Amino acid sequence: MSGPVLACRGVAKLYGSGLARFVKNGRLSADPERLAADGVTAAVRDVDLEIFRGETFVIMGLSGSGKSTLVRCLSGLIEPTAGEVLFEGRDLSKISERELIQIRRLQMGMVFQNFALLPHLTVLGNVAFPLGIQGRPKAERDKRAREMIALVGLGGREGRFPRELSGGQQQRVGIARSLAVGPDVWFLDEPFSALDPLIRREMQDEVLRLQGMLKKTIVFITHDFDEAVRLADRVAIMKDGRIEQIGTAEELVLAPATDYVRSFTREAPRAKILTARSVMRPADGEDFAGHVPAGARIAAFAHDVEASQKPFAVVEDDKVIGAIDRLAMIDVLVGRELKAAR
Amino acid sequence: MSIAAAEPAAPARSIDPAHVFWILAAIVTAAIVMLPAEALPAWARKYPAAWQLPFAAWISSFTKWLMDSASFGLFTVRDLTRAISWLLDQPLSLARAVFATGFVRGQGSDAVTVFPAIPWFSMVIAATAAGYAVGGRRLALGMAAGLLYLAVFGQWTSAMVTLASVLVSSVLGSIGGLLIGLACVRWRWLERAAAPFLDIAQTMPVFAYLLPMLILFGFGPVSAMVATVIYALPPMVRVTILAIRAVPEEIEALGRMTGCTRRQITWKMLVPTALPALMVGVNQVIMLSLNVVIIASMIGAGGLGWDVLTALRSLNIGKGLEAGIAITVLAILLDRFAQALALRAGAVEAEDAARRRKAFVSSALAIAVAFWLLTALFPAIAPYPEAWKLSTAPYWGQFVSWINVTFFSTLEAIRTAVLLNILVPVKRFMLALPWPWVVFLVTAIGFRLGGWRLALTVGLMAAFPALVGLWPATMITVYLCGVAVVIAALIGVSIGIVAAGRPRLWRTVEIVIDTLQTLPTFVYLIPIVMLFRVGDFTALIAIVLYAVAPAIRYTAHGVSRIAPELIEAGVMTGCTRRQILTRIRLPLATPEILLGINQTILLALSMLVITALVGTRDLGQETYSALAKADVGRGVVAGIAVAFIGMIADRLVSAAAAGMKARRGPPQ
Ligand SMILES: Nc1ncnc2c1ncn2[C@@H]1O[C@H](COP(=O)(O)OP(=O)(O)O)[C@@H](O)[C@H]1O
Ligand SMILES: [Mg+2]
Repeated sequence: MSGPVLACRGVAKLYGSGLARFVKNGRLSADPERLAADGVTAAVRDVDLEIFRGETFVIMGLSGSGKSTLVRCLSGLIEPTAGEVLFEGRDLSKISERELIQIRRLQMGMVFQNFALLPHLTVLGNVAFPLGIQGRPKAERDKRAREMIALVGLGGREGRFPRELSGGQQQRVGIARSLAVGPDVWFLDEPFSALDPLIRREMQDEVLRLQGMLKKTIVFITHDFDEAVRLADRVAIMKDGRIEQIGTAEELVLAPATDYVRSFTREAPRAKILTARSVMRPADGEDFAGHVPAGARIAAFAHDVEASQKPFAVVEDDKVIGAIDRLAMIDVLVGRELKAAR
Repeated sequence: MSIAAAEPAAPARSIDPAHVFWILAAIVTAAIVMLPAEALPAWARKYPAAWQLPFAAWISSFTKWLMDSASFGLFTVRDLTRAISWLLDQPLSLARAVFATGFVRGQGSDAVTVFPAIPWFSMVIAATAAGYAVGGRRLALGMAAGLLYLAVFGQWTSAMVTLASVLVSSVLGSIGGLLIGLACVRWRWLERAAAPFLDIAQTMPVFAYLLPMLILFGFGPVSAMVATVIYALPPMVRVTILAIRAVPEEIEALGRMTGCTRRQITWKMLVPTALPALMVGVNQVIMLSLNVVIIASMIGAGGLGWDVLTALRSLNIGKGLEAGIAITVLAILLDRFAQALALRAGAVEAEDAARRRKAFVSSALAIAVAFWLLTALFPAIAPYPEAWKLSTAPYWGQFVSWINVTFFSTLEAIRTAVLLNILVPVKRFMLALPWPWVVFLVTAIGFRLGGWRLALTVGLMAAFPALVGLWPATMITVYLCGVAVVIAALIGVSIGIVAAGRPRLWRTVEIVIDTLQTLPTFVYLIPIVMLFRVGDFTALIAIVLYAVAPAIRYTAHGVSRIAPELIEAGVMTGCTRRQILTRIRLPLATPEILLGINQTILLALSMLVITALVGTRDLGQETYSALAKADVGRGVVAGIAVAFIGMIADRLVSAAAAGMKARRGPPQ
């Protein structure tokens, strides 16, 4: 399928009373000042986005910027005050509650920041829970749950209760549970924010590993730009309920749309974000020490280029499209503004 | 003054008028009391009978109409209450048959026992096993020892009658409270509608419930049980609402993501997640049930409460004390069992340990049942042998007379001193206050602390006793309760402060106050009557003992909860220990202490009504004697008046604490 799996058109979610007066023809029709004056919180507003099959879409923003609200609109847990959310081209608000339940049961999975494990069930019971709700026979759901537990590396701990596990292990259970139903779309709302930095990295690797195997459509929420960079195909940066910019990490670094985005990306690990294409200069028929693919990240070849006197060729489809030399490397690594980007 | 005015800092200025208000109120009050009697118009000194609203008569005639002639067309109200009564009687009769009376056929002396009640040895085995199952070896030992005590001291049958009532009312109260609580969480309007009823149900003295129950369901265990359930249910509703709301929102989101129906979310996710907190509510329900079942023996619940009541009436201290101790034993057993149950709800156990425990418990239960069946074949072995019984009653009687003979003058001196120096003057003062001034003052304080809405609420509640002609009894209630609360607060806050920083001492204090709080209110009276006979002084001691616990608990909690950095900051600025206490700990803990005192007031009021048994002349006596005469209107009105005193105190103190907390911002 080619269309987006999920799409938002002018989505807004307000909290307060008498909200109908701010909506005209299904669209939000009030500016922030008026909303604030009436004591209404615009948790999300003016959001347009498209998420495609198999991509990892990261929504990033500080606490209170509306990320959770947006992801709850996307998963149909709450209905937007204005605008529409399309799932596989169909407006979620027009789908009957019964069908929505079926969609959530079979096609969506969600991982929560504070794990949301049921304390009275064992690891096995927690992972098998969604399957039990679907009314699958016990033998089948236990088998499936055991597979999932093994998949996240918790084999042998099926009989434990959540509180006997560490935070990282608990979130692995949360992940196993959300994957047990074999969802197409996988929502993760700040899944690792409650974990220590080291564990967090380990869990990010876990997500990358699982995504390599399962190829889900992922909507991942985080407040950590590094985490976004490691996982994302595309990142949406949110502020005060609005999306400031959507793009690959490289686009955000090279062409921040607003000062807010720039302030986020300033400290970002450029070498891991930028590709050869964005730092190369035009080739002028000189001698090359070697060549690098246009899409390669700088961190992957920086060492070789620095060690060499001569520039490297940047190639795409077997053609040389530019050159890259030591100076460009040093500019990137010390974080100087990039000529190429200007 | 000029400096304060120049400074923009708000606190310095906002405190000042507050002081003015309180000082002014005190001065005017004192002046009014000192005025000669003729200075005030007669209607202000004594509320004119002509202005009274005959609420009591209205209520009485309404109930009479309800029971005699009201009808739903197909059936009358009386039929309905009969049906409900029959329905409720089923579980109760079953429990009584199982635990105390056995299954009998026929009436009176022709009754034939079809099947015996659980014999004492089966009960001991089963209870010990159950204790082991939920609380391990210690609880098992406690259960065995406690039940054996009941058998040895000849309290078995009464105790089992009480136990049967408590069990049935606890089950009904817990399930009912849970369901109502869940409904309140689901429908907000229901919660709003239920809130005032919950308030009244908890602050109204139990006596006041007994009466309507008596009218609706007649004298007997069913009335007692309905009253018990109504009294024990509100805390469960509250706990349920809090516990379910405290379940992380994510859990509900998870439920919806996995496509749970509402029912599945409630019963598979919310309730199990909230279970440990809900069990705390169940524990409360059990303890309140025991307390009320004892009181409700007045309307035919029977059991241990009845034994205490008859002993108190005939001043047979020895017997009363024995029954009282039996109640205490039962209370402690039930409390510990319920607490262990609550802990277990949150505990985790390895699978094989759980299996072994289960095997042990089920075999013990099987043995208990086998013994029970055996007694059906050989009835002779069932009763506890007379020869093995002990009774301490005569010794207690002798002990009391010895104390009274030996220490008569000392005890009497204490009693007289307190009466003359504290109780009588305060009582005179309260009775001298003209009712319009009291109503006005309460309204003004309400306005000061919480704005016009609070003022209106408390003002109307304060006017109610005058309106129905109960003003003097109300003021006596306020006086007795007020003195008791002041004493309890002084003792409680001091103990709380002393114990707060000393964990070892705190553990001892905690055991004492836990025990004091588990005892049914009746039990307090026995030893005090023993020493000081009946009267206000006895009532005062009983109330203070009963009501002191929350003051201690909240103070200790408030003082020890203060952020350690603040204490360190105090130490660094060179505060002495004393200064840390008076400048940092106490001011910061004040909101918490106020809440503790609020609880103390409510407990004092509930105890006050019990002390009617020892001849006080307040609203408690009013409800109690109305009960004796089956005068519904009078009893209910007096009950409402007590409830209003409690609610006024509660609203004002809560508003004060909330205002203080709001000014300080969220806790650090
Ligand atoms: N149920 C709600 N009622 C009122 N305000 C809400 C509610 N949920 C979220 N908000 C407000 O919406 C804003 C965005 O919240 P949220 O989506 O949780 O942010 P994030 O997940 O980015 O931290 C916040 O200001 C929050 O206070
Ligand atoms: Mg969030």
